[in-house]
This record gives sequence, C-alpha cells and structure tokens, in this order.
Amino acid sequence: MAQATASSSAHTQQHPIKLYLVVWAWLFILSTCSYLVDFFQLEGALRYSLIVLFMLLKAGLIIAVFMHMAWERLSLVYAILVPIGAVLVFVAIMTLEADNTLLSRMSFFAPGP
Amino acid sequence: MAEQAISNIETPQVDASGLRSIAADFSSDRQVFKNVSWGKAMMWIFLLSDTFVFSCFLIAYMTARMSTTVPWPNPSEVFSLTIGGVSLPLLLIAIMTFVLISSSGTMAMAVNCGYARDRKKTAALMFLTALLGATFVGMQAFEWTKLIHEGVRPWGNPWGAAQFGSTFFMITGFHGTHVTFGVIFLLIIARKVWRGDFDHERRGFFTSRKGRYEVVEIMGLYWHFVDLVWVFIFAFFYLW
Repeated sequence: MAQATASSSAHTQQHPIKLYLVVWAWLFILSTCSYLVDFFQLEGALRYSLIVLFMLLKAGLIIAVFMHMAWERLSLVYAILVPIGAVLVFVAIMTLEADNTLLSRMSFFAPGP
Repeated sequence: MAEQAISNIETPQVDASGLRSIAADFSSDRQVFKNVSWGKAMMWIFLLSDTFVFSCFLIAYMTARMSTTVPWPNPSEVFSLTIGGVSLPLLLIAIMTFVLISSSGTMAMAVNCGYARDRKKTAALMFLTALLGATFVGMQAFEWTKLIHEGVRPWGNPWGAAQFGSTFFMITGFHGTHVTFGVIFLLIIARKVWRGDFDHERRGFFTSRKGRYEVVEIMGLYWHFVDLVWVFIFAFFYLW
C-alpha cells in the first residue's frame, strides 16, 4: 500500500499540512505523557514499560510521517530499518556482559564481612 | 556532465509487492533505490551510520549503569529546577524536548512549502527551525553550566556512580554538536532558498550542480533525526 502511494505521487513527498499538525500535536501529547511518568514518580515495571511505549510511539511517528518513511519504497525502508536489528543484538550481548561484570564485582570487590 | 548524472532518475519499475519488490529492486540494473535521488539515499545511509554511533554511546551507558555497584544518581533530582520555592523534576529537559519537537514540526512544514515552491514561507520556516535549534543548544549550555557548578565532572559527581558524568557529557555533548551543525546546515540551505537558488536553478558554489527543492527535504531528514535521537536520550538517560 505504501508503495502504491509512493509510485502515484512520484518522488514529490508532498502531503496535506493537516497531517503534520496532527502528528505534531501527538508528539506533544506523548512527550507530556512521558514527562508525567516522571512527575508522578511511577516505579518498577509500569514506569519502564510506559517510558519505552511512549518513546517507540514518538520515534515511529517521526520516522513514518516527518521523515516520510511511510511513503518510501520497501527496499529503502528495509535497507534502513533491518540493520538496526544489529543494535538489539548488541544490547543483548552487553546486558549479559554487564550482569557478569556486576556479579564479579560483587563477589570479588565487596567490602569485607 | 554533471547534469547527466542527476537529470533523469526514472528507471523502469518492477510491478511487484512485498518482499518480491525488494528482491526485484536489489537485483535490478543500475540503481536499487527507485524514486529516491542519490542525495536522499546517501542521507539515509549516513543517518543509519549515525544511528550506530549513538547506539554505541547509549549501550555503553547501559553497560556502565548496569554493572556499577555504586548507586546511580537519580536524574529526576539531579535535573530538577526550583522555581518559586517549588522543586519541579526535569522541567528544563521537558522544555527542551518541546522546543526540539516544535522545531521538527516547523521543519516538516518547511519541506511541505518547499515542494509547493513557496520560496518565502520555506525560508521563513527554516529560519524559525534554526532559531528553535539554537534555543535548544542555549538551554543545554545552561544545563551543563548548572551541573558543572554543582560539581559534576567526567570522573565523578557528588551523588553516586562516577560514570554518570562521563556518559552525560559524552551523550548530550555529541547530540548538542549534532544540533549545532544542524543549525549551521539549516542557515546555509535557508539562505539558498531565500535567494531563490532553487527557482532559478543557480549552480552551487562547491558542486556547480543545479539545486532543487529536494535539498530542503534532505536537510529535513537530518533535522528530524536529531529530534529522533533526543527521544531516545530523553527516555533512557533522563527518565530511566
């Protein structure tokens, strides 16, 4: 579908101005929400899941609409988004590594009994 | 010679959808990214590489924060502002976020006006974007000054884990540099738009190529990326 619109509007990425205003408003709302997460001092899993949720929604809106990714051909979308998966692998590796470091620090460098 | 390279980017398109279209594009002749000029494709690829740079910084921060045995300073308290005797957590950071989002909004509008070939509106919106970007950098300078006065250094701080200072200065400093260069880039392109370079097809100083309004969109990609990175920094560094 995205492709159909891309080829019909050729390479001019011109879209109704209202769409940008709606996205802009949503970005404001989502930023306010993530600020409120901190303001109300939410804790634990609820805090982290809300932060990540608002972050991903904002990032998605910016990439899809402001950066016009939603109207690009799939080959460009995949060429840009798929390599980012490597970052997630790196995050997983470094999580294991950090846990290991923390464990060694606690067992070998802990202050005496 | 220069013209030949950019004059016609129309290549036959394969009628395929989904993964088949990707296979067709990548195995096609001459050009993978149909519909997209080389300038835009290159900007996207640069942004991908920049994504990796910022990812590495954020992952380094994650590793340092997860592996330290010393408690991490509470960003909510570190970045709070006291106004009229009331302590508001993260107030400055929230304002900075709104300023940067607004600059992204005005940039999107500028791209739109650019394709409508509205020279004056495009330039005005780009100057406004640059102004908001400069405001952001100014507030960041204020924040740095405040923290440095409170004793935050790359090798230590009064509240906890020493890595807090080094990751903070590295990540926000690198992002602030991106914003600063973005502002300079914006001013250069906005001046070209204002002068009517893209209407009269005036040749560029360095490249001697004819500019097109697409340059505004490519500039916009960079600017939105800077905003995008801030979304992640805001979530992981300030809110986490």
